[in-house]
Amino acid sequence: MAIDPSKVRRFAHGSRVPGWDEAADLTKDPAVVPDPATAFVPEEMRREIEGEMAKYPDLRSAAIPALKVVQREHGWCSPTAIEQAACVMGLTPAYLSAIATFYDMFDTVPVGQHQVYVCTNISCSLLGADELYDAMLSAAGDDPRFNVRPFECLGACDIGPMASVDGEYVGPLTPEDCRTIVDDAIEGRPVLEGKQLKRRKKAVDHWKEA
Amino acid sequence: MEVLYKDLDEPGLNTLKVYEQRGGYEMLRKALKMEPQKVLEEMLASNVRGRGGAGFAMGKKMSFIPKGAMDKYLVCNADESEPGTFKDRELMQKNPHQLIEGIIIGAYAIGANKSFIFIRGEYAHQADVLDAAVAEARGKGYIGERILGSDHTLDLVVHRGAGAYICGEETALLDALEGKRGNPRLKPPFPAIQGLYKGPTLINNVETLMNVPIVLEMGGAKYAEIGTQTSTGTKVVSVSGNVKRPGNYEIELGISSRELIFGLAGGPPDGRTVKAWFPGGSSAPVLTGSDEHLDLAYDFDTLAKAGSMLGSGAIIVVDDSNSIVDVALKTAKFYRHESCGKCTPCREGTNWTVKMLERVQSGEATPMDLDITASVCEQIIGNCLCVLGDAMAMPIGSMIKHFREEFEAHIEAARERNGLGAAIPQVNRGRNAGPGPMLEPAGTDPSAVPV
Repeated sequence: MAIDPSKVRRFAHGSRVPGWDEAADLTKDPAVVPDPATAFVPEEMRREIEGEMAKYPDLRSAAIPALKVVQREHGWCSPTAIEQAACVMGLTPAYLSAIATFYDMFDTVPVGQHQVYVCTNISCSLLGADELYDAMLSAAGDDPRFNVRPFECLGACDIGPMASVDGEYVGPLTPEDCRTIVDDAIEGRPVLEGKQLKRRKKAVDHWKEA
Repeated sequence: MEVLYKDLDEPGLNTLKVYEQRGGYEMLRKALKMEPQKVLEEMLASNVRGRGGAGFAMGKKMSFIPKGAMDKYLVCNADESEPGTFKDRELMQKNPHQLIEGIIIGAYAIGANKSFIFIRGEYAHQADVLDAAVAEARGKGYIGERILGSDHTLDLVVHRGAGAYICGEETALLDALEGKRGNPRLKPPFPAIQGLYKGPTLINNVETLMNVPIVLEMGGAKYAEIGTQTSTGTKVVSVSGNVKRPGNYEIELGISSRELIFGLAGGPPDGRTVKAWFPGGSSAPVLTGSDEHLDLAYDFDTLAKAGSMLGSGAIIVVDDSNSIVDVALKTAKFYRHESCGKCTPCREGTNWTVKMLERVQSGEATPMDLDITASVCEQIIGNCLCVLGDAMAMPIGSMIKHFREEFEAHIEAARERNGLGAAIPQVNRGRNAGPGPMLEPAGTDPSAVPV
């Protein structure tokens, strides 16, 4: 997707980085590892993150799993969420922010609870993914409960054009399916059951039956 | 010929019970009775090449791992993000235990006692399937301390990524697994010597590891008889794009590409012809729909000789209803988005290629921009830590090479629409020459331009 200049967030002097032009306050200490005595972390969350840390020889390997845990609880990687993960892992919030901003699946701004990723890569776009994305935008783009975004190849080109709705792969989609997807997601039903990827047989058999 | 795909849709194959009924984990028992060195020799004899993209012989890679007691690791690369590739997804979802068996045997051969499956974050369902399968295998004693009474100990962790194409590159994957941003590392040292947590690490693709039990069952030498001499075995090929029957097809390496595209996948929709096709994911240089290219044998060496590559084994077919300019722009934008930003040629090169292709598309460009684009691509290749930049430069360069006439026709037509007039031949006038005739109407006397 081309970058829409009107969507790029600008701060003072046209900078894309907030606080870029402000002088650093040298009297302030940098954010350190949050103190467990003052940072509140729900017991459930702490246990889950510690469980992830125990799987690896180096606890930092649990950075991505830990951020997934806090993102699931908070809806996005908010400063509080990152502070909680940092507190349990004994890392600085800056370290985890660096991770959260690198990977596509972490949201560093508040988003809707339903994640709709529309694949707009080569294979899908040859089959009309751009029209599908537009249709999805008009169906749910303004709905605060949805986070509709174009995504790079999701690895399901056999059902292109496709989308991932809350982790469920569905396709091949037509622009008319977008309404059903929105309704299914809101009602909490399985999304577009007939078009779910996991029910599809291997290609040879699938096309023999079709 | 179907080996990995044989009865793949058998109900309950993702459970241990059905997998064992089919003779699953028998090869693990057999391997544990063999010397690790013997297992490695079988892999060398099979000459099975990596199915992830680079096509490096797996046995050779295993033999680079140092011997002796130390912390060694085996990592399964399940971060399948190459556009057009979706074979590992289906294999992991439907037959997770064969992958786990392959990992355990592979780890036994190199003496690793900690292994990871790095699966891309978008594959949520597949990761859940793998988690359940690992738990079952652990319960049965295939994973854990002293597997089946042998001296071998192995732990297996399913690690979910969070959405980054670059993590499919082996050293970036290791960084991501260590909990850092997924940036590639300088090689050498190669991961076989110094990889995950600075220990020797074997990294292999899902499909490669799933071939391990098959190699042991058939015997390395017997396996090597399938396919061609240098491309042994079967390969799962993902065919997508403008074809009638997209999907994964398992083939014996060396069949003709025409048979794959037209025979198995049904060819382009009625009334359309193949304009171009990517033979190995979007990183492979494109080939045209000419007979010369369609009759190429589909194996590692033939495609390399034709100036392309087998890559991950993903064919994307583009039919003649599509503009090659749109395809090029889409490809370039993907790599711009996914460049991790560590090396300048890739970070800047992908960005400028997109900008120039946008100019081509909107009709601000002249044919000279195609030469500049091609030269930018040339300067990316070989100048970065990893091959992400090359992976954009090669297909874009090949599109300009094969379809230059269409690019030029598109430029002229778009300029016409914008009322810019025909593009006139450009000469490099030096940086101080002032505003040039680039956008001036046609008819300017080119001889007036100081050379």
